[in-house]
Amino acid sequence: MSANPNWEPGTFFHLHEEDPVEEYENFKLGMWIFLATEVLLFGGIFAGLFIFKYNWPEVFRLGSQALDWKLGSVNTVILLCSSYTMAMAVDGAQRGKNKQLKLNLLLTLLFAFGFLVVKYFEWSSKFSYGYFPGSDLFFSVYFMSTGLHLLHVLIGMSFIGLVYFRARQERYHEENFGGVEVCGLYWHLVDLIWIFLFPLLYLLRH
Amino acid sequence: MSSASQEYQPYLQPGGFKNWFFSVDHKRIGLMYLYSILIFFLIAGLCAMAVRAELLFPNANHQIFDHHGYNIMFTLHGAIMVFLFIVPGIPATLGNFLLPIMIGAKDVAFPRLNILSYWIYVVGAIAVVWSLIGPLPSIENGLIKFPANWLDTGWTFYTPYSIQSSAGVIPVTLGAFILGFASILTGLNFVVTIHKFRAPGMTWHRLPLFVWALYSASLIQILATPIIGITLALLIMERVLEIGFFSAALGGDPILFENFFWFYSHPVVYIMILPAMGVVAEILPVFAKKPIFGYRAIAYSSLAIALVSFFVWGHHLFVSGMSYWSRWIFSLLTFAVAIPTAIKVFNWISTLYKGSIRMDTPMLYACGFIFLFTIAGLTGLPLATLSTDVFLHDTYFVVAHFHYTMQGGTVVALVGGLYFWWPKIYGRMYNETVGKIGFWMLFLGFNAAFMPQFILGYMGMPRRYADYLGEFAELHFASSLGAFINGLAYVVIFGNLLWAAKRGKVASKNPFNSLSLEWTVPSPPPLTNFDEVPTVTTWTYGYGEEQNA
Ligand SMILES: [Cu+2]
Repeated sequence: MSANPNWEPGTFFHLHEEDPVEEYENFKLGMWIFLATEVLLFGGIFAGLFIFKYNWPEVFRLGSQALDWKLGSVNTVILLCSSYTMAMAVDGAQRGKNKQLKLNLLLTLLFAFGFLVVKYFEWSSKFSYGYFPGSDLFFSVYFMSTGLHLLHVLIGMSFIGLVYFRARQERYHEENFGGVEVCGLYWHLVDLIWIFLFPLLYLLRH
Repeated sequence: MSSASQEYQPYLQPGGFKNWFFSVDHKRIGLMYLYSILIFFLIAGLCAMAVRAELLFPNANHQIFDHHGYNIMFTLHGAIMVFLFIVPGIPATLGNFLLPIMIGAKDVAFPRLNILSYWIYVVGAIAVVWSLIGPLPSIENGLIKFPANWLDTGWTFYTPYSIQSSAGVIPVTLGAFILGFASILTGLNFVVTIHKFRAPGMTWHRLPLFVWALYSASLIQILATPIIGITLALLIMERVLEIGFFSAALGGDPILFENFFWFYSHPVVYIMILPAMGVVAEILPVFAKKPIFGYRAIAYSSLAIALVSFFVWGHHLFVSGMSYWSRWIFSLLTFAVAIPTAIKVFNWISTLYKGSIRMDTPMLYACGFIFLFTIAGLTGLPLATLSTDVFLHDTYFVVAHFHYTMQGGTVVALVGGLYFWWPKIYGRMYNETVGKIGFWMLFLGFNAAFMPQFILGYMGMPRRYADYLGEFAELHFASSLGAFINGLAYVVIFGNLLWAAKRGKVASKNPFNSLSLEWTVPSPPPLTNFDEVPTVTTWTYGYGEEQNA
């Protein structure tokens, strides 16, 4: 027992028997719990959105009209597509089709990048018209919620990048696809949050 | 020590910074957490001593700080105690150490997340301390003056003052935000561990009640912490970008901050108290030599408390502007908390009934907990009652109630738990006589400090005031003296423990004749806890049952 790798300075392995199936179950439960915390994190901003919208309907109506619903729609479609390719990536991993896995991960990353590009143009046009966080409550809510969402897109992209890197090392197969699936869960949540943000910010304009 | 095999090596070996700081072993992480939070307990405790020293006499003939300095002292006391000491409190220390062993596992589900949680804690702590870096306090005209960057908002960071204050609000809130992640990771880890890592035969209804308590507290950690996360993030944005969420001038709502803050901070007191209740439920049957009474009632009441805790936050806003019906509903829901809490107290007392009780130090603490926590619970009722709360709100009555739950409850249970499990953690016994002296100093000092505060509050003394009228002088004086004894008690208490860790008499594997799993492994436990995973065939609390049969 004295030769346990745990005691080597600077290394930290864990002690459980390496059983990918069991580990995968644990990771999945862990990720679901983590997603619950994410929902609650956004819950604070959503609560602010509803309350301020109730208090200041006019500010929110005008603010919403200042947003470009076409760009918002484009981004919604982009994220939906990315969720589809993510699901295909998980499918590829589960069936041991490494090529399908890698291709779909890349496509997901591409869509995510597209989302960032659209967001960039959207935000910079808002800035050029003089809309900033703090301009009024609508734009505070808008920038806080889309900003926090953007942060999650970036985290999700790093996660997908990591999975892609591992897929290139042929780490995933029929018996070991937990990492891809857990990554997929996260990405679907990022998508889902946008699905709620989009109508609340862009479409409730009358 | 017959079961100790030749290759037995206690988890404490080998030492060295790297071997500890990068270890994923839950026992080491628990100990690192323990010493870290105790450092902050000491710092925040000294702030409390400073507050009580200032309040010894009315300002007219005695003053140590100017009033701004006084605000800083109670702010640091509260913020450090809450975010750096008592929230990680029992789960991160005793919980980390014991949970896997109690359920027959070799470690938590995600050992690397576990050490990550500790590292995040360290980063958060650095951020909080960061806010204090700058010019040092100085003495002017015989008064201690503090620099302007020291936090003076109170631990609640209420808006609008926290937006306007020139103090370092951002580093502290950022620190609290980061500490939230540490808390979430611990909770997540525990929930998955309890679901997936129970030894064969360790069914839900055989779990030690401490594990049930940790499970319930973990659920709150997971579900409440994100709310304080977003709240503090928005507060930081408020200061950086003036987004106006919590600023009435920009159309936002300062009361919204209070709602968000208490949506987290009420449930969080159950993160603090539930594990404490779990500790007590472990100690009582061992020293009463009786099975725990009402096992399922105690287990499920933990879950019930966790559930109800999310729907009572409004009682902190009874006088902040809230509709008649909301107040009515929140008052009713707050009363609902009393039911599962009372269920626990009655079951603990029934456990003692006709037991053969040994009053060793851990048992003193467990009984002290029941006594103090009962006072804490009962004084919560006038605060939940609308008509009396309007009168008692923001007075010393609330301060006393809160300290009876937090110190009389959580800290007393933490110390009792440390005395109970110290022989397991270090394999050495504390000194029984000194242990008892420490308890009685704490018990008497604590009551002397806070019992007068109930009366002060009832007489109308507002909390957070640096000065007071002559009619409050005697009670404040008594409270300060009690607080000093209370503070001194911890020197005795922790002196005894630290001495025991190094020099104490070597303890047997199971000095208190407890039946739970952690006492079946050598003291201190080996790295992997169990040579082979144990199979569990009975519940944990079969004390004295064989004699009865
Ligand atoms: Cu409360």
